[in-house]
Amino acid sequence: MNLRRLKALSKKEFKHILRDIRMLSILLIFPVFLLIVFGYAVRFDVENINLAVKDNDKSQLSSDFIKSFIHSKYFSFTKLIEKDADVKIVLDEKQAQCVLIIPAGFARDFYSNKNVNVQFLLDGVDGNTATVIYGYAQTATASFNNALTEKNLLRAGIKQLKPLDVRPTLWFNPDLKTTRFLIPGLIGMILIISGVVSVSLSLVREKEKGTIEQINVSPISSLELLVGKSLPYFLLALFDAALILVAGYYIFDVAVKGSMILLIFSTVIFIACAIALGIFISVLSNSQQVAFTVATFTSLLPSVILSGFIFPIESMPLPIQIISNITPVKFYIVTLRAIMLRGAGLSAFWQQWVYMLLFTSTLLTLAAIRFTKQMKNN
Amino acid sequence: MNSTIIEIAALKKWFGDTKAVDGITLQISKGEMFGLVGPDGAGKTTTIRTLCGLMTPTEGTARLFDLDVVTDKRKIQNRVGYLSQKFSLYGDLSIDENIEFFADVHGVPNYKKRRDLLLEFTRLTPFRDRAAEKLSGGMKQKLALACSLIHTPEILFLDEPTTGVDPVSRRDFWKILSDLLRQGITILMSTPYLDEAERCSTVALMHLGKIIALGKPKELKARSGINIVELTADSLREIREKIEQQTSYTVQLFGDRINIVIPRADADEASFAIKMKELDISYSSIRIISPSLENVFIYSVQQQSGAIK
Repeated sequence: MNLRRLKALSKKEFKHILRDIRMLSILLIFPVFLLIVFGYAVRFDVENINLAVKDNDKSQLSSDFIKSFIHSKYFSFTKLIEKDADVKIVLDEKQAQCVLIIPAGFARDFYSNKNVNVQFLLDGVDGNTATVIYGYAQTATASFNNALTEKNLLRAGIKQLKPLDVRPTLWFNPDLKTTRFLIPGLIGMILIISGVVSVSLSLVREKEKGTIEQINVSPISSLELLVGKSLPYFLLALFDAALILVAGYYIFDVAVKGSMILLIFSTVIFIACAIALGIFISVLSNSQQVAFTVATFTSLLPSVILSGFIFPIESMPLPIQIISNITPVKFYIVTLRAIMLRGAGLSAFWQQWVYMLLFTSTLLTLAAIRFTKQMKNN
Repeated sequence: MNSTIIEIAALKKWFGDTKAVDGITLQISKGEMFGLVGPDGAGKTTTIRTLCGLMTPTEGTARLFDLDVVTDKRKIQNRVGYLSQKFSLYGDLSIDENIEFFADVHGVPNYKKRRDLLLEFTRLTPFRDRAAEKLSGGMKQKLALACSLIHTPEILFLDEPTTGVDPVSRRDFWKILSDLLRQGITILMSTPYLDEAERCSTVALMHLGKIIALGKPKELKARSGINIVELTADSLREIREKIEQQTSYTVQLFGDRINIVIPRADADEASFAIKMKELDISYSSIRIISPSLENVFIYSVQQQSGAIK
């Protein structure tokens, strides 16, 4: 390794980046853009559920029951339905996500100790949301029931005694905010896409334009070429990571709980994974077009689908769980979540580091084998 | 002078079944301007790339400065310059920056002085801050040449350096090359143009991976033992058919004239005119000329492929 040659390569690469406005803006604006899109748009928090009500009883009790729904922060009352036929229309036209139908004789049956059936219609198109709404409805009903029972028992002079009461306390993400859960994954996704795409493109560009010939006849070694050319992208990726962390802190209030040093080390290791993948792709492809397609395909898809970024790996079928190991993002996300949300130490994620290092060295070895083979065939 | 600087012995380079270079042997002396001439696919580029260490020979050896191109690659790298056929500079870098990059890569100390000199030499000084992609074809080629000269190589390999360059820039380029030769550099260039080959001190005619003729252009012409009868006429194709069918001469058809290859002994204009009359061939002019390198080359190729009767 010759420092002057490394410096020359990195300096040249930086000039390429700085003079290519498109590339530069992709590398700098893309991360923040994704952060904002994912931060605001991708939410699994179900709030402000539109609730319509058809009250066939119109009693004090039915009105209390409805209030118990509306007073929870999850439901917002949109419409009181008058005619039976309108129930279908309200759901069809999506004026409400759910309709509460209180039968006639609701109060009467209740006070005569009969079982009362209340109908709750749900828009089940989005199954996930429907399940959550159903849960909220049950909770609201249960607390309404409890309050009434308590009142009745008090009236009878009996103090209520709850046999069992589960009180959950949420750790690490107490308000169950999606963004807090998403940001580590987002950092992983952005770093791998920008790392893989930029490194593979910049290497293939030299091949495509023929400038690699001049480098091959010069004293530059393959290692110098790879390190010298990757270094600028490595630094840019680190900068991107910092940018997302800062933006995440100010826009979404996601702070790093654990050690900053561990976070930096993990990120450095992960960027090495991304660069190794970029190098591997550049060895396989001869045109920027092919490189770009392969790079986005191999970095974007697995990092969204298989990394646990959005869809929890534990709930995937076993074969898919095994396949999910192909993306280093999975391991980086585990590490990041541990550091950022739980403030955990190295003991919680050292295996992930080992895996990422293994991934990097395997890909670099494969790339080297393939590269020497190509040179031999030349 | 006259010490061998490039030595190629029984060099073969095969790509699967394709014999790109099929056993060539060559010695090139220091300070020579050596031309590899041949059509596309003759094996010129493969030869040059092997000499530059970009390819490993299938068989045979190539030595530069008495160093093997494969095993001593590192020792050779800083002593040769290479201008590839499709040399593209870094378009977004300026002339100065392009040269600076190659100077750094080759570890040239105090390159700035050498750069000024090269820019002066290639007359690119006024454009030094211009991005390479905004240069004309000829200027790009001169810049590429300057880049490959920054580390003062002793051998310069040029792979079809003037292909696609306009005639004026081509003449310019050749002027620079002859200046370089005067400085004692050895140049090995490949070219598909036979007029360029005429300007080389020694040429090797390549065809299908083999050298079919080797020597100074003058010698090659003399050695070929042929003369040319040049005819101009209206119906060139008919004449060619007639001659090919009824005589044993080879015919080379050019756009506006026909060249009949004849043994030098037959070189007699008057008797040839009679022969033409016998064959019932009418023409507007006839003359006997000494062969050009192009004639010699086409003749050698035809002979090689057994097209000659």
